[in-house]
Amino acid sequence: MTFEYAPAPESRAIVDIAPSYGLFIDGEFVEAADGKVFKTVSPATEEVLSEVAQAGEADVDRAVRAARKAFEKWSALPGAERAKYLFRIARIIQERSRELAVLETLDNGKPIRETRDADLPLVAAHFFYYAGWADKLDHAGFGPSPKPLGVAGQVIPWNFPLLMLAWKIAPALATGNTVVLKPAETTPLSALFFADICRQAGLPKGVVNILPGYGDAGAAVVSHPDVNKVAFTGSTAVGKQIARTVAGTRKKLTLELGGKGANIVFDDAPIDQAVEGIVNGIFFNQGQVCCAGSRLLVQESIEEELLQALKRRLSTLRLGDPLDKNTDIGAINSAEQLARITALADQGEAEGAERWSPACELPSSGYWFAPTLFTNVTQAHTVARDEIFGPVLSVLTFRTPDEAVAKANNTPYGLSAGIWTEKGSRILAVAGKLRAGVVWSNTFNKFDPTSPFGGYKESGFGREGGRHGLEAYLDV
Amino acid sequence: MSDRLSVFKTYKLYIGGKFPRSESGRVYEVTTAASAADAAGKGNWLANAPQASRKDARDAVVAARKAFGAWSGATAYNRGQVLYRVAEMLEGRRDQFAREVADAEGLSKSKAAAVVDATIDRWVWYAGWTDKIAQVVGGGNPVAGPFFNLSSPEPTGVVAVVAPQESSFLGLVSVVAPVIATGNTAVVIASEKSPLPALSLAEVLATSDVPGGVVNVLSGRTAEIAAPLAAHQDVNAIDLAGADEALAKELEIAAADNLKRVLRPQPVDYAETPGTDRMTAFLETKTVWHPTGSLGASGSSY
Repeated sequence: MTFEYAPAPESRAIVDIAPSYGLFIDGEFVEAADGKVFKTVSPATEEVLSEVAQAGEADVDRAVRAARKAFEKWSALPGAERAKYLFRIARIIQERSRELAVLETLDNGKPIRETRDADLPLVAAHFFYYAGWADKLDHAGFGPSPKPLGVAGQVIPWNFPLLMLAWKIAPALATGNTVVLKPAETTPLSALFFADICRQAGLPKGVVNILPGYGDAGAAVVSHPDVNKVAFTGSTAVGKQIARTVAGTRKKLTLELGGKGANIVFDDAPIDQAVEGIVNGIFFNQGQVCCAGSRLLVQESIEEELLQALKRRLSTLRLGDPLDKNTDIGAINSAEQLARITALADQGEAEGAERWSPACELPSSGYWFAPTLFTNVTQAHTVARDEIFGPVLSVLTFRTPDEAVAKANNTPYGLSAGIWTEKGSRILAVAGKLRAGVVWSNTFNKFDPTSPFGGYKESGFGREGGRHGLEAYLDV
Repeated sequence: MSDRLSVFKTYKLYIGGKFPRSESGRVYEVTTAASAADAAGKGNWLANAPQASRKDARDAVVAARKAFGAWSGATAYNRGQVLYRVAEMLEGRRDQFAREVADAEGLSKSKAAAVVDATIDRWVWYAGWTDKIAQVVGGGNPVAGPFFNLSSPEPTGVVAVVAPQESSFLGLVSVVAPVIATGNTAVVIASEKSPLPALSLAEVLATSDVPGGVVNVLSGRTAEIAAPLAAHQDVNAIDLAGADEALAKELEIAAADNLKRVLRPQPVDYAETPGTDRMTAFLETKTVWHPTGSLGASGSSY
């Protein structure tokens, strides 16, 4: 006898999406200078959600000028006053969190379970956390009266649209900077709703400017001569280009780039917990996570047992309507991203890795990719080296802790890693040797605003979150 | 007594704890500073310094990488001991360095001696930081959930250092000591015009318990040596202190290829006590999470 889940869809009536949106510059929604617009679609259904103004160079210039003008007053405000604006924003986010969660799910394709339970609580928490820093900056360890940098140009990705906005805007405002932020072209809506939250909070005009657009708009933000700080989260290739662009300038730069995280499971690990952690590590947000645990390194002696348990668990994952509260795996964010995942997975097969997916029916419209495991993978395989940014897990084995460390570190990236073992000393020994900015032991993909996040090596530089996250926005 | 003919010293590079000549066989003429010059406005000949090549730079990176594991893995206390030992050795060679600095920078004997004193004190200052920096820039984070996590600074790896051009000794030590105090290993390009104090510092390092390869010193044409280091895929960071604006930009662009950490040139008064930024520039922050097995809301009661 099998039990079926009854559908449990979240109502989308709570969110009122306008047919069109402008750019948010100097406290107003305005059209793009050249009148360009683009459409944003729901990845789960390909339904057009709205038409959004597309920022160009002239708009970036206008936004930077607005931010520059606002900077004078904003940076001169007592920290306690800036703090109250941030507290207001945080509270409004909490009040509107259901609306924002539904919106984010519609525009991004990720399950409501994640936007509701992970993204939105973290977004609010980030604003609360940095609100509290605004009037305590002289206690942050960066000197007695650290100064803001000026206008921060921020370019964020589509995988966590609102969370990445929070990671960028909260510390920037707390430290007295003003902001020009470009959300990704496939997920502009929650940033525009955030603009409305800024209005509700009474935030002074020009302090936050939101410019939906494509890569050219991002490039214009980065290269604008009157931008003092550049913060980027996205691909390593673009990150390198940005590093070249700001070379020889005084612009302060932080980069949160790609990853190919190793999730290391030792033979004494609690298998069931490890399986949950592996699933969370690579299938959270359809694997579209820079710190995803996309390489499973399992000790040879337990490989069979672990893989069996993992496959059994994957067979219970529910893929489908992201607005259904029972959905574990939502849609891939865009056709382009789906094509990339598909191509890399096909290449994995062509190179001789063994591909496995649970029986899984994909919806007929929208962008979908079944959870996928690759076994028989070597370190030379593309699926073990390239960031796939999708629900694709490569399984490798090891025999000794040293071998695990060597394999884990055998990547140009260095963002995240996981360790599963009951032995505390082994956790500390292995964590110490891993070249990664975040190491989760006996857990995975946990985030908190008090905790610095960021990479080693080609995963970028700088940290977001925690006291460390302030440094990126202060003249230190 | 008539004037005794002095014995010249052949200055050499310092790579992997050894003192090779440049593999290229090249040398260049090092003279006293122009202010200490003769009537013709030219400094007096001091030595033929090795003119390091691209190959020397690459060898130095290999040596620095090899040394990184043990040096970064040493206890902070141990690194402090080793650095303090360097200061002791410098103190013993105070007069030699005063002479070299006077020649290099055209300073009077007393001023040069003051610079050397400041340099030794600078080294001691950094020696004392080795076992404190983690407490100052790391810490425990109050996570909202049944987890704890700790953020700890870790050295970024092999750091290429373009030493300041004008401050041949105090400036040099001010940029080298912070790099190695935090557990990185360094490939240092000495001041192009005045490399001799740097090459003599290498002799001190070699006899002070600093493991071979932790600091590697190259002399020669700054631009020629810096270019391959900035582009090197096994170099993790670069300090551009001694690069002029045009060179710094070029090196920063090259450094983007593997996303090296870059410390841009900035006006620094090396006589001032520095802050921690030369150390933090070459530190990564690692945050390690673990479940707490918290009892949840029930807590415990007595």
